Amino acid sequence: MFDLKDLYQEIIVDHNRSPRNFHHMEKPDHMAVGYNPLCGDKLTVYLKMEGDVIADVSFQGEGCAISVASASLMTDQLKGKTEQEAEQIFGTFHELVTNRESQIDLEKVGKLGALAGVREFPARVKCATLCWHTLHSALKNQSDRNNETISTE
Amino acid sequence: MNTAATMIEANRVENWRKDFPLLDQKVRGKQLVYLDNAATTQKPQSVIDTLSRYYCEINSNIHRGVHTLSQLATDEYENTREKVRQLINARSLSEIIFVRGTTEAINLVTSCWGGTELKAGDEVIISEMEHHSNIVPWQMICEQTGARLKVIPMNDDGELRVDEYKKLITDRTKMVAVVHVSNALGTINPVKQIIEIAHDHQVPVLLDGAQAVAHIAVDVQDLDCDFYAFSGHKLYGPTGIGVLYGKQSLLEKMPPYQGGGDMIRMVSFEKTEYNDLPYKFEAGTPNIADTIGLNAAIDYVLDIGFDAIHAHEESLLNYATESLRELPGFRIIGSASEKASVLSFVIKGVHPHDLGTILDDQGIATRTGHHCAMPVMTHFKVPATARASFALYNTLDEVDQLKAGLIRAMEVMGV
Repeated sequence: MFDLKDLYQEIIVDHNRSPRNFHHMEKPDHMAVGYNPLCGDKLTVYLKMEGDVIADVSFQGEGCAISVASASLMTDQLKGKTEQEAEQIFGTFHELVTNRESQIDLEKVGKLGALAGVREFPARVKCATLCWHTLHSALKNQSDRNNETISTE
Repeated sequence: MNTAATMIEANRVENWRKDFPLLDQKVRGKQLVYLDNAATTQKPQSVIDTLSRYYCEINSNIHRGVHTLSQLATDEYENTREKVRQLINARSLSEIIFVRGTTEAINLVTSCWGGTELKAGDEVIISEMEHHSNIVPWQMICEQTGARLKVIPMNDDGELRVDEYKKLITDRTKMVAVVHVSNALGTINPVKQIIEIAHDHQVPVLLDGAQAVAHIAVDVQDLDCDFYAFSGHKLYGPTGIGVLYGKQSLLEKMPPYQGGGDMIRMVSFEKTEYNDLPYKFEAGTPNIADTIGLNAAIDYVLDIGFDAIHAHEESLLNYATESLRELPGFRIIGSASEKASVLSFVIKGVHPHDLGTILDDQGIATRTGHHCAMPVMTHFKVPATARASFALYNTLDEVDQLKAGLIRAMEVMGV
C-alpha cells in the first residue's frame, strides 16, 4: 500500500517550507515563466550562464509543496552543469516521475529521487515537472524574447 | 437540536445513504467520504435502475415511429418534461427545453437570443462570482456583436453589491445574467431583487441555477426570471442532460439553435418550417435515456422534499463552519449571510492541491483549484481554494472526518 509519507517526504516538506535559491535575479542571461492554469501555480526561473555552463540559477513564484520543492531541488542540482547535462537530468527526472516501471537507480539522481513518489499520483505529475519545463524553455529562450510564458496545458 | 431530534435526523440520513450504492466503498483503503457534490452528485439506485430498465426494455427513438416501444420512449421522455415543469413551476411545457447541461443552456441563449438581440454598443451585465460558463459564452457573443460586458462587483464576504448593480444598468443594458448559488463561494444571491431591478428597466434576466436546484426550491414564476439553466447531474441525475427554461414569449422570437430532425414541421429545398416550442430547440435524437433518468432523480428529490434537504444541509454547513474555524490558519472564502452547501477555504502553509491529495489519501473527496471561477480567486487574492460541498447524504460524522483529515494534512506539511 502506498504511503502518503512516500510523497511528502521530509526533504519535500523542508524544501517547501524553506525553498533554496528562491529569489529574483538581477540581469539573468535567460529566464522563463511557467504556468499551470489548472491549479494556478506560477514559477519564474532565472539563469546565469558561463559559456554553456549554468553558473547560477534561481526561481520565484507560488505553488503547491510538490512544485515548490521540485523547483528548489532542481536549482540545487543544476549549478555547474552544462546545458546538455541539464537536459539529460530533465529526461531522467521526467521518467522518474511518470513511469511506474522505471528502473532508474535512485542513487544516481540524488535528492531528486525524493520526488519519485509523484508517479503514484498522476494528477500531480505536472506540479513536479512545471519547473523543469520552465527551465527547458529558459535555456531555449533568446535574450530578446525571454518573457514568454510556457504552460503545462 | 436536542438528542432525540438528532437521532431521528441521523436515522433518516442513514436511510438516504442506503439509496446511493456508490457511497458504500473504500478509497485508498478508507471508507469514502464524498464531499465534492458541487462538482457532481452521486446517483440513487432508482436513477441507476431507470437507466438500466430503459436500455433493457424500452430503448427506441422518440417522436417518430408508430411502434409500441417508440411510443413508450416518447411518453417517458415527455413525462420528464412535465416533471421538470413541476420542479421549477414553469407555466407551460413549451418553456422546458432539454439540453446537455447548464453550459449548453447558456450557450443556447447567448447564440439564439444574443445573436439576434444584441447590437454594437449594447450592454450585458454579469457578476464577479460567475462560473466561467456564464462568462465566456457572453464574451463570445459580445465579441461577435460589438456588445459590452459589465460586471457586478462583490464584497469581501462574497455577496453581490446590489448598490453597484443598480448603477450599472443603463438604457443600453439588454440582459442581466447572474448565478443563483455560487459554486465557488456558496453564496445564495438575492436574485428576486436583482430581477425586479432589471425588470424596472425592461431588461430580461438569465439565472445560472446549476448549484441551486439540488438545494433549494426554485419557482421560476415566483422569481419571474426570463431564463433559468441547470444540469441534471448536480441534482442526483445522470450527466449529459440539463434544462433551459425560457419564457415562451422570448423563446418564440428566438431562431433555432441547431438544425436537423425533430425541430422541423415541414422541409423542402425552398423553405423549411420550424417545429413548435419546445421542439424547435431540440434538433436530432436527444439524450433519451438520461432524460428519463432525470425524471427518477427529480422524483427522488421531491419525495424527500426541499424543506428536509435544506434543513439537513444547513445543519451540515453550520456545523462544518463552526468546527473547522477552530483550526489554526483556517480561512473561509465566502462568508455571505445566505449560503448553501459549499464551504470553500484555505489553510495557511498548506497549498489546496496538497490538501486535496492528502485528504484523498484518507478517502475524502474534495475539490481543489479555481472551481472554474478564476475572477473569484483573483478577488480573494488566492490561487486556489479547497472546497467541501455537501449533499443530502452527508453526515456530521463525515464533517468530523474532514476535520481530522485537515489536521493530518497540517501535520504532514509541518504546519
